[in-house]
Amino acid sequence: MSGADIAVSGLLAAPAAAAGALALLPNYRLTARLNVGAALLTLLLALSLTMARPAPGLYLHVDDLNIVFIVLTTFVGFTTSAFSASYIAHELEIGRLTPAYLRFYHAMYQTLMFAMNLALLANNIGLMWVAIELATLTTVLMVGIYRTHEAIEAAWKYFILGSVGIALALFGTILVYMAARPVMGQGMEAMAWNALLKAASGFDPALLNLAFVFLLLGYGTKVGLAPLHAWLPDAHAEGPTPISAVLSGLLLNVALYAVLRFKMLLAANAGAIAPGPLMVTMGLVSVLFASFMLYRRRDIKRMFAYSSIEHMGIVTFAFGMGGPLANFAGLLHMAMHSLTKSAIFFAVGHVAQAKGTQKIADIRGLTESHPVLGWGLVLGVVAIAGLPPLGIFMSEFLVVSSTFARAPLLAVALVAGLLVGFGALFLRLHAVAFGEPAGKSAPVEASYVPMFAHLGLVAVAGIYLPGAIVAWFRNVAELLGG
Amino acid sequence: MTRGLAFDVSHLLAGGMVLLSFVLLYQDRMFGLLKVFAAHALVLALSVAWQANVQDAPHLYLTAAIALAFKAIAIPVALHRIVVRLGIHRELETVVGIGPTILFGMGLVALSIAVILPVTAEADPLAREDLAFALSVVLLGLLMMIARRNAVSQVIGFMSLENGLVLAATGAKGMPLVVEISVAFSILIAFIVIGIFLFRIRERFDTVDVGALDSFRGERR
Repeated sequence: MSGADIAVSGLLAAPAAAAGALALLPNYRLTARLNVGAALLTLLLALSLTMARPAPGLYLHVDDLNIVFIVLTTFVGFTTSAFSASYIAHELEIGRLTPAYLRFYHAMYQTLMFAMNLALLANNIGLMWVAIELATLTTVLMVGIYRTHEAIEAAWKYFILGSVGIALALFGTILVYMAARPVMGQGMEAMAWNALLKAASGFDPALLNLAFVFLLLGYGTKVGLAPLHAWLPDAHAEGPTPISAVLSGLLLNVALYAVLRFKMLLAANAGAIAPGPLMVTMGLVSVLFASFMLYRRRDIKRMFAYSSIEHMGIVTFAFGMGGPLANFAGLLHMAMHSLTKSAIFFAVGHVAQAKGTQKIADIRGLTESHPVLGWGLVLGVVAIAGLPPLGIFMSEFLVVSSTFARAPLLAVALVAGLLVGFGALFLRLHAVAFGEPAGKSAPVEASYVPMFAHLGLVAVAGIYLPGAIVAWFRNVAELLGG
Repeated sequence: MTRGLAFDVSHLLAGGMVLLSFVLLYQDRMFGLLKVFAAHALVLALSVAWQANVQDAPHLYLTAAIALAFKAIAIPVALHRIVVRLGIHRELETVVGIGPTILFGMGLVALSIAVILPVTAEADPLAREDLAFALSVVLLGLLMMIARRNAVSQVIGFMSLENGLVLAATGAKGMPLVVEISVAFSILIAFIVIGIFLFRIRERFDTVDVGALDSFRGERR
């Protein structure tokens, strides 16, 4: 067994073992630290995989595409666990969570990390499906953890819509196997990504088309693409904030990763429909819909949940356009969005704790009452709205400019959506961040390190992207094809 | 074309599932619904066992056993107790009338046949017709989830949908991981059922009252 093989199994074993241990240990200070430690270990293992990769197995593999997602997932997983430690201590103090629920929470956090790593590492369409189902289940349980009427409603809604989504995705998965079987014969090979991709040109195109429709609808529900997004705002608003951060920053990406894999499969078959236009349409509809919906939001977490729909729409749009430049822009935007949105949720979590409310109308003058937190939130919103010189500006600029060259009308629609969303965010930000402070205002004992670490990375990426990362993303963009 | 006994029996069983899906659609009593669902799962178990026999794939017997023990017996019994405990065994509310629902369901079956059969012209007839039946069951399950307001009947709709998926997976000859997937699905369903019981979800989620939705979203306060 080589070092890389150990790293791959460690990537799964570390969160799984941590989940078991965290479910049993009673002391919350210890478990919060253990949670951070396990997440750090997972991150280090993921980073080691960028150096050396194992040979693809029948169940697990590491290639150029999934390594990007794995590094991003484990990194945000680690910083969120650090944020979670300070956030959760406060929740315990005010009695929103009991120690027993906290144990459950930490165990579920690591189970979610395990499920996402498994979904990304899986070299098997069936295994990937099971992993995404597991991720859905754990997040459902965490969304409902506060046991309030609203939280339970949100969890139930997420559960039903998410279950229907993954059910449709399974039907699509079965169809892909049926398309593969006549060419590849029966058995595990006919479900392995690397083998499927090599043989895809011989598959029956009609079956593949049908399969992709089910897969796009199924996994698209989990990405939160309009009109299948209904679960997303509720799930983000009612669950604990660290979970909103991993939902927005990571789980949506994992579902998108599944769609991308199947898109590559279709692209490798000359007779199949082009999957791009379907994704462009769903992406654009999501952007336009979410940016208009941003105006009517009165709950701050719900507002940023709609912003996530908008940004996942942009990413899906970019990947749908295809080609090296748009794919590059899509990848970059996905990474930037994950970092920025989780940083915003870190800030929002502290704001909600300081103010005792999530209602936008009750939060006023944050830069006066909590300067560090307030300006952190301002910086996050400036970043997410796409102002230069931050990272999201650059990726959005790349998406728009690559689209202008090929489909000017689509680019105009996209820009219109972006501007509308921009207006909504600043309208709300102005009231929340500036002016006279109002309402309850408790001091926050929070660690700002995770938030500013993310924002710092986004700021640096906007000005200077290291050549190694550019080359890496460019390589993946080539791989993703048209 | 091989139209032997193997073909006829699997056709009969898969067709029986579609028929029972229709019966689920027009049930207006909670206990009736549970009994029909148990029958639905029983036919699924028979169908999977038959596939195990025909395809000479002994691991599928495990899937059949799970379907029989878990979905045809354990879940209906558990739901029955929950329904009694929560006192929701009165007549079921429907969003759409029964007549239009059935007509719409017939349209869905026609749709799935029209979609699947031309696409799978090269596959063997058993697999393709099984797949058409399976898609019908899936779509009828979705229709049931839309047409019912009450959480328990939505869950039954989801489980019948899932039965359709297991039918499709076992119909795809030699598909690996079928047992694992059916176990994963069973866990999912167990969670849903526990969820109903623990959270005492009654008719809340399914209200179409916009005012209730507003207060739920925290946007009217």
